[in-house]
Amino acid sequence: MAAKSTTGTTWNVYDANTMSAKEIYGRVLRELASKNDKIVGVTADLEKSTNIGIFGKEFPDRMFNVGIAEQNLFGVAAGLAKVGFIPFASTFAVFAALRGVEQVRTDICYQNLPVKIIATHGGLSFGQAGTTHHCTEDIAIMKAFPNMTVIVPADGAETGKAVEACLDIPGPVYIRVGRGFEPPFHQDDNFNFEIGKGELVNDGTDVTIITCGIGVLQAKFAAEELKNVDGISARVINIHTIKPIDKEIIMKAVKETRRIVTLEEHNVIGGLGDSVAAVIAESGKGCAFTKMGLQDEFSVVGYPEDLYSHYRMDSSGIAESVREIMGREFEADEDWSDEV
Amino acid sequence: MAKLSIDELKAKAKELRTLIIDTTVWAGSGHYGGALSSADILTALYFRYLNLDPANPDWEDRDRFILSKGHSGLGYIPCLHLKGYFPVDDLKNFNHFMSPFGMHPDCHKVKGCDASTGSLGHGLPMGLGMALGARLLKKPFKTVVLLGDGECDEGSNYEAMMAAAHYKTDNLIAIVDRNQLMIDGFTEDVMSLEPFADKWKAFNWDVIECDGHNMEELCAALDKAWAANSGKPTVIIAKTVKGKGVKFLENDVRSHYGAFDSAKAEEAKQDIANS
Ligand SMILES: Cc1ncc(C[n+]2csc(CCOP(=O)(O)OP(=O)(O)O)c2C)c(N)n1
Repeated sequence: MAAKSTTGTTWNVYDANTMSAKEIYGRVLRELASKNDKIVGVTADLEKSTNIGIFGKEFPDRMFNVGIAEQNLFGVAAGLAKVGFIPFASTFAVFAALRGVEQVRTDICYQNLPVKIIATHGGLSFGQAGTTHHCTEDIAIMKAFPNMTVIVPADGAETGKAVEACLDIPGPVYIRVGRGFEPPFHQDDNFNFEIGKGELVNDGTDVTIITCGIGVLQAKFAAEELKNVDGISARVINIHTIKPIDKEIIMKAVKETRRIVTLEEHNVIGGLGDSVAAVIAESGKGCAFTKMGLQDEFSVVGYPEDLYSHYRMDSSGIAESVREIMGREFEADEDWSDEV
Repeated sequence: MAKLSIDELKAKAKELRTLIIDTTVWAGSGHYGGALSSADILTALYFRYLNLDPANPDWEDRDRFILSKGHSGLGYIPCLHLKGYFPVDDLKNFNHFMSPFGMHPDCHKVKGCDASTGSLGHGLPMGLGMALGARLLKKPFKTVVLLGDGECDEGSNYEAMMAAAHYKTDNLIAIVDRNQLMIDGFTEDVMSLEPFADKWKAFNWDVIECDGHNMEELCAALDKAWAANSGKPTVIIAKTVKGKGVKFLENDVRSHYGAFDSAKAEEAKQDIANS
C-alpha cells in the first residue's frame, strides 16, 4: 500500500514500519528532489551515516560532501541558498547544534535562508558513543535563533511528513531524528501532520504528558499502564514542533487536567519543558508541573535503552513521575472563569 | 619504566591488536579500522617515548598525549591497560551501561587519559595550549597529538597549526594516522588533502614522513621529533593502512566501524598472529 500525502509524495507504509527515520528521510528527500530541481544536499563525511546519501546516489551532481568540516558545511549551505537553492544539510545533531552553530545562526538564520537541517543521532540515541556524540542541548540552542523552526518527530513516518512539510516554510528548519533503532509510534501514515500543531495521542482528564520524539511512544505505554494499574486517566500530547509551539493544545490540557508532565530527550533546561512552562506562565493559570529529561547533567555511556530507563525516559519512568505529580498539592484557583 | 626495544615493541603491538579484537567483541561493536591503523604508533609512544607513571596518572611532569581522533578509543584504552593503568577486566564492560569506557575516551573516567575527545578537530588546539603552558611553567614535558587524516579537514586544525608555528612550540608533536580513509570513502575522493605534507610545511612545521607500521622508521621519526629544538613544531605523517593486521579489514571503507561474530574475531586474531 502506498500512501499519498498532500504534495503528492508517496512512500510505502510498510517501509515506515521497518525503516529508520533517517532512511525514510533519505527516501523522501530523493523523491522530493525528483520533482524539485532546486533541492541540493550538503554533508560532512556523514553521507552514509545520516542517509542523505540515498538522495546523493540518485543526484550526485546536487550532493556536496565537504569533508569533516561542519562550519564549512553550514556556510556552503547558506551560499547555495543565497543563489536560489533549497539545501538540505545533514550531520549528527551534536555537530549541527554545536560545531557549526554560529554559521547556522548568522549565515542561515540571520539571513533567513531556506536551509533545512536534518540532524541525526539526536539525544541519547548514539548511547555507546558517550557525551561527545550525545546531543541534549540542540533544542535549546536552535529555538533561540529567530526565524528557525524546530521539529522533533516521533518516528519515521512523522519524519517523512516533516521533511516534506518543511519545504512549505520559507526560512530555516531544524529537524532532529535519532540513530535509527527507535521503534515507530505511528502504525501507518494515516495521520495529519501540520508544523506547529500538536497531536493528541491519548485523551485523558487527570494529568497530561507533553512530549516529543521517542517520548511519544513511551508516554502512550505509560498512559495505558496508568489507566490499567492505577485508574489514572492520562492525556498524551505529541508536540513535534517545539517552535512555533502549539499554545492552544497546551492551554486546553492545563485547563482540563491541571497537572502537566513534560518529557524530552534533552536537558530540562531550555528544551520542550521550558517552552511549555513559558506558555503556562504567560497565561496566568496555575497547575502542577514537572519537567522530565536530563536534569542538567552530562549523560553516561551505555546502550540507548539502558540510558532511557536510567534517565526515566521509558514508560515506567514516566508512569512513576505521573504518580508523583498526582499526589502533589498545588495552589490553584478553582474558578478559572474570571481569569484572562 | 624501561623503554622497550624495537623487537619488543613489535611484539607489544601484536598484543595490542589482539586486545583490540577482544575489546570489540566485549563492546559489541567499534571503530576497529582506525584503532588498528594507529596500533603501532600508540605502542611506540606508550612503550618507548612518553614519560609517564601509571601509578601516578596525574604526575604533573608527565608527557601529555591527546587522542584527537577520539573514535580510536578502541585502540587507545586497551593500550592504557597494557601500560598498567587499569586491569583487563575493566575492558570487558566497554560500551555497556555506566562503563568508564565508551567509544570515545572520557578523561574523568579513563585513568591515564589527558583529554576527553570524540568530536574531531579539538586535539591540536588543546595540545597547543598544553605546550604553551609547559613553556610558561618551565617544564620539559612534551605534548603529542594523534590526528586522523580525515580529521584534518576540520578548519580548527589549521588555526592551531598557524598559532603553533607562530609561538614556536617545538615541544609540540602532531602525528597523523594517514590511512587514506574516512567514513564516506578515501580522503582523496571525499575531500582531497594532497599535497598534504606541503600544507604543514607552508604553515612552518617540520615535517617527517614515515611508514606508520615500520617500527624502525616510526622510532627514527619519533627520535627526531623528541630532539626538536629548531623553534618549529613537528608533524609526523605516518603512512598507515586502515584495519592493519586483519586481512579482511585492511584498506576497506567498511572497516571504519562494525562488529565481529566469534568466527570473524578468531580469524582476525589468527591474521594478527601470522602477521
Ligand atoms: C566534528 C566531528 N564531525 C564528525 C564526526 C563523525 N566521525 C567520526 S569518525 C569520522 C571519520 C574520521 O576519519 P579519520 O580522521 O580519517 O579517522 P580514521 O580513518 O583513522 O578512523 C567522522 C566523520 C566526529 N566524530 N566529529
